[in-house]
Amino acid sequence: MMMGFSKKQLVGVGVFLVAIFVGVPLLINMTGRWDFYFTLTSVALLAIASAGVWLTFYIGRINIGQGAFALIGAYVSAILVVKAGWSFWISLPAAGLIAGLVAVLIGLPILRLRGVYFAMITLVLTQVVTLTALALPITNGAKGISNIPLPSGASIFGIPLIPDFGAMENTKLAFYLTACILMVVTYAALYRLVNSRLGHLCRSMQQNEELASSIGVNIAYIRIVIFAISSFFGGIGGAMFGSIAQSVYPSTFVVADSVNFMLNCFLGGLGYVFGPILGTLVLYFGWDLLFELGKYQMLVYSIILIAVIRFLPNGLLSIRFGKGNNK
Amino acid sequence: MEQILANGVYLGSQYAMIALGLTLIFALMNVLNFAHGQMYVIGGFVTYTFYGQWGVPFVLALVMSCVTLAILGALIERYLFAPVIKGSAREESTMLLAAGIAFFLDALILIVFGEKQRGVPKIVDGVFNYDFRLIMPYDRILICILAILSIVAFIGLMQYTKTGRALRALAQDRTAAQLMGVNVDRYSMIGFALGAMLAGLVGGLLVTITGVNLGMGGPTSIKAFMMVMIGGAGVISGAIWGGIILGFMEAFGLAYLAQYGDITYLLIFISLMIFLAIRPQGLMGKPWG
Repeated sequence: MMMGFSKKQLVGVGVFLVAIFVGVPLLINMTGRWDFYFTLTSVALLAIASAGVWLTFYIGRINIGQGAFALIGAYVSAILVVKAGWSFWISLPAAGLIAGLVAVLIGLPILRLRGVYFAMITLVLTQVVTLTALALPITNGAKGISNIPLPSGASIFGIPLIPDFGAMENTKLAFYLTACILMVVTYAALYRLVNSRLGHLCRSMQQNEELASSIGVNIAYIRIVIFAISSFFGGIGGAMFGSIAQSVYPSTFVVADSVNFMLNCFLGGLGYVFGPILGTLVLYFGWDLLFELGKYQMLVYSIILIAVIRFLPNGLLSIRFGKGNNK
Repeated sequence: MEQILANGVYLGSQYAMIALGLTLIFALMNVLNFAHGQMYVIGGFVTYTFYGQWGVPFVLALVMSCVTLAILGALIERYLFAPVIKGSAREESTMLLAAGIAFFLDALILIVFGEKQRGVPKIVDGVFNYDFRLIMPYDRILICILAILSIVAFIGLMQYTKTGRALRALAQDRTAAQLMGVNVDRYSMIGFALGAMLAGLVGGLLVTITGVNLGMGGPTSIKAFMMVMIGGAGVISGAIWGGIILGFMEAFGLAYLAQYGDITYLLIFISLMIFLAIRPQGLMGKPWG
């Protein structure tokens, strides 16, 4: 399977990688718009969480609960770093794993729901995690956890792997590169998963669960696995986000964020693995660019959003720019 | 105890009305109306403007809320939802549209009405006091009665009029309704307008007690979703049950759990998950709606 890339796809991926790892830093250096680093880092991290939402769409479930798992990830990482003194780089996978574990526990009952029912309960889930964060003592209530230290360095047998972020002059670039690497790894994993045996099984579930089940697909198992992977992505994205902001509050990820993760997927197009990246980029950048409009920002933004869905109901990537487009 | 039960009835009757509008829209068009809470807020602000600002009689202000929201709902259905449903490959695209509309209405409310909390003068003064065991301001009782009357009127409309029959037929089976000569496009629009109108009516009723502010929209939508899930999506009786059950759970939670902090909703949600694990389609819903 991995050999099955066409030349065009390889070129597309190459261009994309050069663009984000070389092109963007060069451009920012030239224009001096250092604030774009933060915007683009956020896009990369939100795209990771959106990848999870996309994956649940892939088994035919509408997931509006990714904000919950992002918040769980952010809190787990923050608590491990601040209270237990772990290195951020160990807390990052731990945050993903715990988010995945919670997803398994919650998924067992709620994944039996379908369609709008599932969408509604995941939406409620986001609200509940926010409330839990407010109520639990370990999350420090509404005050949240602030002053999270920057990620420390990591080394194996004395060979430095990751430099100490605290000692750096310019953490913006470092965070940007980290987020981009994470995003690339996430989407590579997602692409691999979609084109694996599991991916085929997911597609069979997306079309008809009963039918898939009747030909021997273990649908209960697959949907739990997929939901856990999806939430793992959410947890990773959220943990990294908390580390960059150096603080986590119950309002870091709220219902609106969950809805936005879903919108990213819709806007990019649900039929395309890389749709969420484009969707996140367009939505987040669009929002940022409209900032100068002040109180009309939301109005213009939502009108554009409504217009896009009104005239392109199948997502942005449904406009065909030519076949080389699916990188 | 009497107090808690009375609070439950009071909360439940309002919630049932909110859930009714949401479930009606869902039953007719399979649309999950994220903007329902925002419609409720607009209803509140319209009543505030007419009754609180311009001194129009309360009942007239309520009617204005209903009319505004019905027109808004009809326009949204006609020019946004209907074309998107026709042109989209996946039904879920309507959800994106609904979310977009929710953002849009939020922005509109911010610009037109501002972000301040608004309240209106009381419609009736005085407090009903039964031996200090049951204390209820008269205006709450009045609102509660009005809400119950509206629900009864709505059920009457659905059961005994031609429009109601057409809407029920539409909810049951769109294609069959069309084959029987129901003008599907027209009644979809009427149904959506009716659902939006209910949201506006509750908003108008509640502005007299809780006031209204911009931030109420989202949480109201979430509560409405929970009620619809309890009762079963797309079923009228389910929405009423869901509203009453949530109202009572909240009343009991506030009475007994407030001392442990804000955990009422946490417990409600956990019980909802357990309930849905046993009965995924809700109390009255069809399996896999």
